Amino acid sequence: MRALWRYAPILLLLLLWEVAPRLGFIDPDSVPPLSKVAVAWWSLLRSGDLASNGLSSLENLLAGLALGVVVGAALGVLMAWYRPLDHLVHPLVRALYPMPKSALIPVMILWLGLGSASKIASIFIGCLLPMVLSSYNGARGVDRTLIWSALAAGASRRAVLWEVVMPSALPEILAGTRNALALSFILMVSSEFVIGQSGLGYLISFLGEGGAYDAMFAGVLTVAVVGFLADRAYLAIMRSALAWRE
Amino acid sequence: MAGTGIAFETVSHTYRPARGRPVLALDQVSLTVRDREFLALLGPSGCGKSTLLYLLGGFLPVETGRISVDGTPVTGPGPDRGIVFQNFALFPWKTVKQNILYGLEKQRLPKPEREKRAQEFIDLVHLTGFEDSYPSQLSGGMKQRVAIARTLAIDPAILLMDEPFGALDAQTRGLMHEELLGIMERRPKTVVFVTHDVREAVYLADRVAVMSARPGRIKEIVEIGRDGRPAAEVVKSREFTEKVDHLWDSVRKEALLAQSQKSDGA
Repeated sequence: MRALWRYAPILLLLLLWEVAPRLGFIDPDSVPPLSKVAVAWWSLLRSGDLASNGLSSLENLLAGLALGVVVGAALGVLMAWYRPLDHLVHPLVRALYPMPKSALIPVMILWLGLGSASKIASIFIGCLLPMVLSSYNGARGVDRTLIWSALAAGASRRAVLWEVVMPSALPEILAGTRNALALSFILMVSSEFVIGQSGLGYLISFLGEGGAYDAMFAGVLTVAVVGFLADRAYLAIMRSALAWRE
Repeated sequence: MAGTGIAFETVSHTYRPARGRPVLALDQVSLTVRDREFLALLGPSGCGKSTLLYLLGGFLPVETGRISVDGTPVTGPGPDRGIVFQNFALFPWKTVKQNILYGLEKQRLPKPEREKRAQEFIDLVHLTGFEDSYPSQLSGGMKQRVAIARTLAIDPAILLMDEPFGALDAQTRGLMHEELLGIMERRPKTVVFVTHDVREAVYLADRVAVMSARPGRIKEIVEIGRDGRPAAEVVKSREFTEKVDHLWDSVRKEALLAQSQKSDGA
């Protein structure tokens, strides 16, 4: 009952989506009613287009995201730990951070060709800098008395990096990963718009260009729902990983 | 210089903030701490007493002068010098037991021995039943008992304590004092205890070293000498009150000096 109340605005929006085009408040060619979109979605599912393109999207997303998270987190923590690396990399991070990473998709195509490699690389680059910054901040914020306690207990400097700095930075790394997850969806869809061949983004642009607007909306809705579910699932994992924080 | 105990020989230390001028924190401090002695370092805040402790711990580099333990110069942290901080410094992602096990793992003790030792020290600080709690679930006094157990479990010859009870309420602090003295009776160690609390220093220590306002120097050293009497009895004696009064005056002057330094913007 409470869940119903919480999602009431969404239900209201879906209801409006159905009713407004039917009553002529919105042009049905611009926004087809929800029921028509649902029918189109069902036929996309039946034909297997949704599954094959969805799978391709998720594969690239997971590959790019995983690479971005691992490389970004490692780089950020090492920057916080080794001053020379910080001096070398930080100005680059600062200069490139505000750049819209989707602008690099054509560059990726030039370097890696029209295919999955370019999509994965685009997603990777999109996730990289936010991960670097969040893990850097997390590792910089580590309490020096924690490091000293470990050293006094006989830990080596390398052990301190793994056993004290990394876990101290974990809350920020996990928060950064949530941002990276959202960014990876953006980069996934936009790289598929440009590169085509397969993926949900490709499906959306293909259907839109062909005038199949019911089906195009079905594709958009699918991306939205998958993104939402991924974020919810990630939040649940993150909460259990940080259970010690209370 | 050979011999047992801790020796500070003309130790100076300059603090270099990221911005602003370097500050001389310690100026030619010389001090010895005898084996199994409980020495309190007493002084106003900012006098460098914690810095002196961190240098002895090997956490900060000794740039000028020399610090030695049993004749060997200090060059870095080591398990012979355990430390307890005011902020407890427990690993928040580890349970009580895991926190205590950490140092035992670093000491490469065999697993059954580690388990046994961890439990022994959990019992020693009266935390039986809280083995699997996380620090965030404990009160301040309990956290500090975990930190003390964690440090004592690896059996350091020297115990460094940096205002360990400063973050606790007065009642808890009193209980912790008794507990610490009890533990020290059963497992005697050399203790260097940093505090700005005069009563705490006199109550716990064999000797109290008063430090001056910045730059920190040893201003005077007062023998407490409780001659084996229980602390609870000593507190009621006249010498105790006199020593507290004397040290109060001594520290008060330095605290006033420290305050005027601050208003000078030094």
